Amino acid sequence: MEFSQQQHYSPHTPAQASVSRLMLNVMLALIPGIVAYIIFFGWGVLVNIVLASFFALLAESLVLAIRQRPVFTTLLDGSALLTGILLALALPSHTAWWVIAVGVIFAIIIAKQLYGGLGLNPFNPAMTGYVVLLISFPLEMTRWNPPLELAEQSLSLFEAFRYSFSGYLPPSMDLDMISLATPLDIARERVDMGMNLSVIRSEYSIFSNLSGIGTEWINGAFLAGGLWLLIRRLIDWRIPASLLLAMLIISGVFWFINPEQYLSPLFHLFAGATMLGAFFIATDPVTASTTPTGRLIFGVGCGLLIYIIRSWGGYPDGVAFAVLLMNLSAPLIDHFSQPRITGYINPKNQKERKP
Amino acid sequence: MARLHTFPGGLKLEGHKTISTGQPILKAGIPERLFVPLNQHIGSPAECTVEKGEHVLKSQMIGSVTDYVAVPVHAPSSGTVIDIQKFPAAHASGLPNDVVIIEPDGKDEWLERKPLPDITELDPSELRNMIRCAGIVGLGGAAFPTFIKLNPVGRQISTLILNGAECEPYISCDDMLMRERPHEIIDGAKIMRHALNAGKVIIAIEENKPEAIDSLQALADDLDWLDIQSIPVIYPTGGERQLVKVLTGKDVPSQGLPLDLDLVVSNVATAAAVHRALDHQQPLISRIITVTGSGVRSPRNIEALIGTPMSDLIDLAGGYTEDADRLIMGGPMMGITLKTDATPVVKASNCLLVQTPADHATEAITRPCIRCGECVKVCPVKLLPQQLYWFSQSKNLEGLQTHNLFDCIECGCCSVVCPSHIPLVQYFRYGKSEIWKKEQETVKSDRARERTEARIQRLERVKAEKKALHAARAKKNAAGADRKKEIQAAVARTKAKKAESTSSTENPDT
Repeated sequence: MEFSQQQHYSPHTPAQASVSRLMLNVMLALIPGIVAYIIFFGWGVLVNIVLASFFALLAESLVLAIRQRPVFTTLLDGSALLTGILLALALPSHTAWWVIAVGVIFAIIIAKQLYGGLGLNPFNPAMTGYVVLLISFPLEMTRWNPPLELAEQSLSLFEAFRYSFSGYLPPSMDLDMISLATPLDIARERVDMGMNLSVIRSEYSIFSNLSGIGTEWINGAFLAGGLWLLIRRLIDWRIPASLLLAMLIISGVFWFINPEQYLSPLFHLFAGATMLGAFFIATDPVTASTTPTGRLIFGVGCGLLIYIIRSWGGYPDGVAFAVLLMNLSAPLIDHFSQPRITGYINPKNQKERKP
Repeated sequence: MARLHTFPGGLKLEGHKTISTGQPILKAGIPERLFVPLNQHIGSPAECTVEKGEHVLKSQMIGSVTDYVAVPVHAPSSGTVIDIQKFPAAHASGLPNDVVIIEPDGKDEWLERKPLPDITELDPSELRNMIRCAGIVGLGGAAFPTFIKLNPVGRQISTLILNGAECEPYISCDDMLMRERPHEIIDGAKIMRHALNAGKVIIAIEENKPEAIDSLQALADDLDWLDIQSIPVIYPTGGERQLVKVLTGKDVPSQGLPLDLDLVVSNVATAAAVHRALDHQQPLISRIITVTGSGVRSPRNIEALIGTPMSDLIDLAGGYTEDADRLIMGGPMMGITLKTDATPVVKASNCLLVQTPADHATEAITRPCIRCGECVKVCPVKLLPQQLYWFSQSKNLEGLQTHNLFDCIECGCCSVVCPSHIPLVQYFRYGKSEIWKKEQETVKSDRARERTEARIQRLERVKAEKKALHAARAKKNAAGADRKKEIQAAVARTKAKKAESTSSTENPDT
């Protein structure tokens, strides 16, 4: 019997994993965090996700069509959708549609496709889009709505959509009601003004025992999703573990020195975008370090930078900048963290070994 | 039991071995025609020593060798050489190869066999020579000439490791050999141990072969130099380096051999072949091959003569199923596809795997590398497959070499786990061949440059010589011209003198 004249190459096995499945699982792992977000902060985040996903798929399709690449099969890899969702999760709950559009389109077209698309972008697209927005529209990007528990009134799903498109709020609400500072912001600003943390935390109702109302639960939910990814071995443990450990240690040291001026380690771990960043953003394999040791260094770098930017910077959170700065260093880290192969012989000793 | 170690990476794969171990080894008969390739292993091919039409006896040498890395080829049965022609080989290249075609006479008549003296009284080098003359190569798949491995080159070999791990899915020929013919392996081990002057022999077997372990253990109990060691099931623990690591905890040096650690690793089937060669004077003319996969109806192990067409084995295994679509020599991880089942069994054929579409990933789309690092996790050599992939893609040969491409054992673990379905191993083979090509080109261009330089020198030398010659000649000519002038002058003078005298005599009238 004759068989295919085409040469097939080993291994001859069915595919075990796929990029699409990996991305899908990461999206599934985000669900607990998203649900917690909706429970504590209202429907806004869902509006963001829907709009960001739409613009992400649109931008990706457009560029793929221009680049004459297969549009549908490439969209199925899920990377564009994930970028959209991650960017949406970084935005304040009630963000105007055009802000989302600018961020997502920048993320997909400039930060990803112009470099060659999936796998070739040096910077995390979602975080690049977020930073562009933060720098371009600082006002829009720092209007955080309060947790529902503290709000006198909140927007329904329909109202949230309407607000995003038209800026229209129900007559009983004004903009101030949905533009507050985050616990991290309040803590940093008030400490800079010379207040003690214990006073700040008792004065502002937005703080909870652990960190901020709602944010602790959202972080907890993202942590749960991240652990699920770890258990299923879909992400490497090194980056999240080293990131969180580095944050824990550096915040612990400063907190030990002066707990009235520096937030506690647990506050840092469960505030802002810590868990989202540790498990879902810093772990983006394309832009992170790739070697085992390199990933540890990468995680430590991210953790330290997040703390530094939070404590002494002027932005609501440090995750995006920390990740981007470490993206920048990843090639260098990789270069110097090549593992030694088995049976490695130091070239200096090689002559002695072989007579 | 000795303490075992682990090697980095590796994969737990589904074995699929029991489908072919249900029935005992079947001895295939003599086929209608035998196609015996002269090139069956690494190194130089054998040179044909028979002619068309010649009658050969079973075990008669039909291909002889002169180079070191080579072993002879023998007639698997008695019969007539009907042709010597090019035939597609069971090799990744699929390139045609010289094949001796024998029409067996059915008598299976042996060449006269002389009884050998006691093995233990033979000199190791004599033993090695006999093993070479019997055409024995490693039967684990790589088919490296065994006599070279059995040369300790001045080292004191502590342990001979016989590899019965058989870690690749589907393959069960070593398992069946160990179950059914343990004495052959142990007798072979005795001979190899003597040739190497080795202290101990360890037979390493994956835990998933309890029958094999028991059957060998029953014979090993009385032998103090022999250990039967069961090892955990993880692919590729049957790789030479990985096995050494598991058993001793030591790393074979990069670019080195187990010999550097005073160890020699050989396959269990090779040991059995050594026993047959020296105790029964049977050269390597048959081997056990697993015919298996979801593409054959009745998978089993078959002992076939070298040169038997694969199609005969398929028939013995019940024939193809309807959806059989891929024929592989070797296992699913490292095997090569065959274009036709007319390909003959060679010394390296340990398995004939017939697959159906569900067994392989033909439909999977290759996506861009997302640097997830799964390949790094499973690499048993601790390479960075994804970096090698980038280098390979951009033909960065230097990068490939500094990232130790040549330490890649092509086990295929990285390709299996890649979520983007990138045929990584294929890229690495390509990278290796590019480097070899470039090295050859460098050798060639060096030679060409030397030649050009030599030519320029020669031309200059010739030119200089010519110039010198011309100069000498010119000088000579110049000298010659002076002489001429002198002669002419002399002639002129005499003429003038003559004229004077004649004029005074010839003109009396004036």
